[in-house]
Order: sequence, then structure tokens, then C-alpha cells
Amino acid sequence: MNDTSTPLAARDHARAMAGTVVDAMPTMPPTSAAGLPAGVDPATVLWDEVVAGGGYTSLVVPRGARVRIEDRDGDACAGVLLHRAGRTAERLNVADTVKVQWQAYLGEGHLLLSDMGRVLAAILADTSGRIDAFTGTSNRRANEVRYGDGAPDGPTPNGRDFFAVALAKRGMGRRDVAPNVNFFKSVLVAPDGGLSWVTGDGAPSHVVLRAELDLIVTLVNVPHPLDPRPDYRVTPLRVTAWSGEITPADDPIRVATPEGRRAYLNSEAEAAVDALLGRG
Amino acid sequence: MGDEPVASDERVVSDEVVRARAPWSGVVAAGQTMRLVDLGGNQAVDCLLYAADDHGERYSAADTIVGQGNLYLVEGTTLRSTEGRALMTIVASTCARHDTIGGACSKESNSLRYGHHTCEQHACVENFVFEHLRHDMGKRDIQSNINWFMNVPVEDDGSLGIVDGMSAPGLRVDLRAEIDTLVVISNCPQVNNPCNGFDPTAVRIVIREPVA
Repeated sequence: MNDTSTPLAARDHARAMAGTVVDAMPTMPPTSAAGLPAGVDPATVLWDEVVAGGGYTSLVVPRGARVRIEDRDGDACAGVLLHRAGRTAERLNVADTVKVQWQAYLGEGHLLLSDMGRVLAAILADTSGRIDAFTGTSNRRANEVRYGDGAPDGPTPNGRDFFAVALAKRGMGRRDVAPNVNFFKSVLVAPDGGLSWVTGDGAPSHVVLRAELDLIVTLVNVPHPLDPRPDYRVTPLRVTAWSGEITPADDPIRVATPEGRRAYLNSEAEAAVDALLGRG
Repeated sequence: MGDEPVASDERVVSDEVVRARAPWSGVVAAGQTMRLVDLGGNQAVDCLLYAADDHGERYSAADTIVGQGNLYLVEGTTLRSTEGRALMTIVASTCARHDTIGGACSKESNSLRYGHHTCEQHACVENFVFEHLRHDMGKRDIQSNINWFMNVPVEDDGSLGIVDGMSAPGLRVDLRAEIDTLVVISNCPQVNNPCNGFDPTAVRIVIREPVA
């Protein structure tokens, strides 16, 4: 029986929890993270966390950082939003991302573009082949219909409310919940516009993003909105970020297309000013 | 163009022409029907919707696409909000389909798509931001939008783009409001792609309501 009858007893009880290890939790300090990808110096790690199925997280990363999102157990769905750190009115725009690049199915080498004509992140790696820029995330109403409950405090929380809460903690709100991209679950478009849902075979996969400006990365790990399975199934994700080299002028992704080159020029012009302002 | 006799059980609430390149906004009350007429043919009409009593709830392309399991907006499509609620229904359309994945043109994205020489051309985001200011909203409120009369096919290999339109002079779409809905429109000024046939033109907006 726990003794929590006095403040000091309650303190001892609380302190006795320290050191408990569960699956879904951040690594502190991040530089102590184990099992890093080959070649990553632990001293450069900025964040490392396992996000539960039905969970969310948000991290801030500087320009040049790599953000690796791993579908560790093979059945996760990472809904991701990007906002510019400190200039949050600028954010990921999925419509501009697919339109400017003339491509619906994003993958390795593609860019995630802002609504201000700048590249926010490059997709350095994608071993899943499943990135969805069309269907966003779940809402409370849809989860109530499908699972019987959609509240953030319930057993089957929805993605939209998680995004709103995560962004509100950084001073934003509902109007900042722009359409997101999904990693690890996707859709294919038929000639008549019909959608078919695409999942993996349960094997782990990962994506690596390279931040091209200082970013707030917000991630919800909830079932894909077109997931046809009647039960709420989503496995944990691991998110690891480390600092890295700012994209050089001859980077193959930077120079791959004329649209992308101009997106980098637009981002680099901003970053140069940020640096002079002491923000970069 | 697009005229039909007013049925005996309805009346015209308003009938306006939005000039080429201009914004427009107004509330369509639940039960009223808003008709957009493509007067000149192949004129993209960029459109945002908001629940009139709570602008925090607004049109969501993703929720609309998920709701019908299809990327294209056609007669019968329910236009859904960020909370999955029906805002409006496409009750009739003489244009085969409409777009909701192509976004709205902006000076900033023009710089990527066509080059920095297009940065000072007027664009839909300019119209949206300006019109939003009338409703105590701003840039952050611009999320996903509809492009009436615009054609954005997705090919089998994922290639996607704004191509020659499927519309023609006089084609129209009728939208019935399911709840009181604020409609914000940009009559698209883009001249660098075929979304307006390289010649932006006026559109007509007619709002009707049933006679009790």
C-alpha cells in the first residue's frame, strides 16, 4: 500500500517512480539514445522518442537537421505537419507540394513545400513507398462513427484534435491545423478518382526528412482515415532527430528540378536573413 | 448563360456578376442554393467554405475526399468540414467534375511554378487574404480549397497537373447549403496555365431559396 497521506510521503511515492521504463517515452538526454542509424554520432542527437499508437508528439529542429520517423513495428501511420519555427504562419501546403512537383505520390527525393513558396524539408529516404498527400487525418466525428469514441481522452483518439492540442502548446490553434501528409499508409488514385487504401506487409520501414528551414514538426500516430479495419489498429513509431549539414549548393535533391531549385533559393534567402537576425 | 426560369416554389435572393480576377464572399443560409455560372468558359473559381457561426470549422478537401472515397468533386458530392460535417451539397453540375487537390495560386508559388518574373502577378491567395480581412480572418485561416470548373487529373504514375479544362461557356454548378455557410471566392486571375484558358473571365453567382 502506498503511503501518500502527507506531502513528504507523497513526494517519496512520486520519486520512487523515477527510472521506470515503458515502451512509449522520450530518451533523456537525447544524446543517450541507443540503436541509432549507422553513422549518426550520438552527440548530435536532438530528440529521440517512441510515440504510442494513438499518441502524438512535436519537436523543434534547426535547419539541416535530419528527422527519422520509423514505423518500428510495421503498422503505424504518421500524420505530419510542418510549421516554420518562430514564423508559424508559414506551414506545409500539401496542394502546392503535389502541384509544384507535378506528382501525387511523394517519395525519396521529393520536397515538402510551404504555402510561401519555400522548401521546408526534403525527403532523403523513404523505404515504405507509402506517402499520402490527399486524405489528411481523422476527426472526432469519424472516429465516433467508426470506433464508438473519438475524444482525445478516450481509447480511440482522433488525429485532428491531437494536432490542435500539439500546436496550441506552441502558441497556435485550430486554424493552424493545415492538411497533413501521412507516412506508412497511403492511397492510390484510379482513373475515375476512386481511392484504394495501401498498407504494408508488417515489415518495419522509415522515412528521413532534412529540415531546410528551422521547423516545428508535429506528428500524430493514429489510424489512417481510410483504414478499413473495424478496430483501432496502430503500432508505435520512433522519432529520432539529429543535427546535420545544411544542404550544399550541389546537393542532388536541391538541383533535381527547376521548381525545386527555385524553392531552395527562396528558402536560402530567408535563412540568410534569419542568420543575420540571430535566429538561424 | 446558365439562366433557367425561376421555379414557382423558389425565389432569387441575389444575382451578381463577379468580374474577372476579383474576390467575393457571402453567407448562403441553410436551404438556400448557390449557383456558379462559368460565363466565359474554363474559368477556375477558387472557393473556401466556413461554418458561418464558427469559422474555426471550415471546408476540408481531405475530409470531403475521405467521405466519398474519391478525389474528384461531382454532382452528389457532399462538401465536408474539418470536423466531417456536411457544409454544402453539389445538387447539380453541368461540368463533369471539379477539383479540390490543386490548391490556390499565390505569388509565392508562382515563383516556383513559372519563375520569379511572375511574383508580382495577382493571385488567388491575394484575393483570399484580402477577403478574409473582412471576416476577421487572415492567412492562417486559408486551408484547403475547391477549384470549381478546374481540371486536375492524376495519372497512373502519379503525375498530376492543371490541364485543359472540361468546362465551357454557361456551364454551372448548384450548391445547396446544409448549414449556414460563409463562402469565400477568388475568381482566379492565373494566366500562366490553362486553368482559366489563359484568359480570366467573369462568373455569375445566383442565390435562390425555397418559397415557404
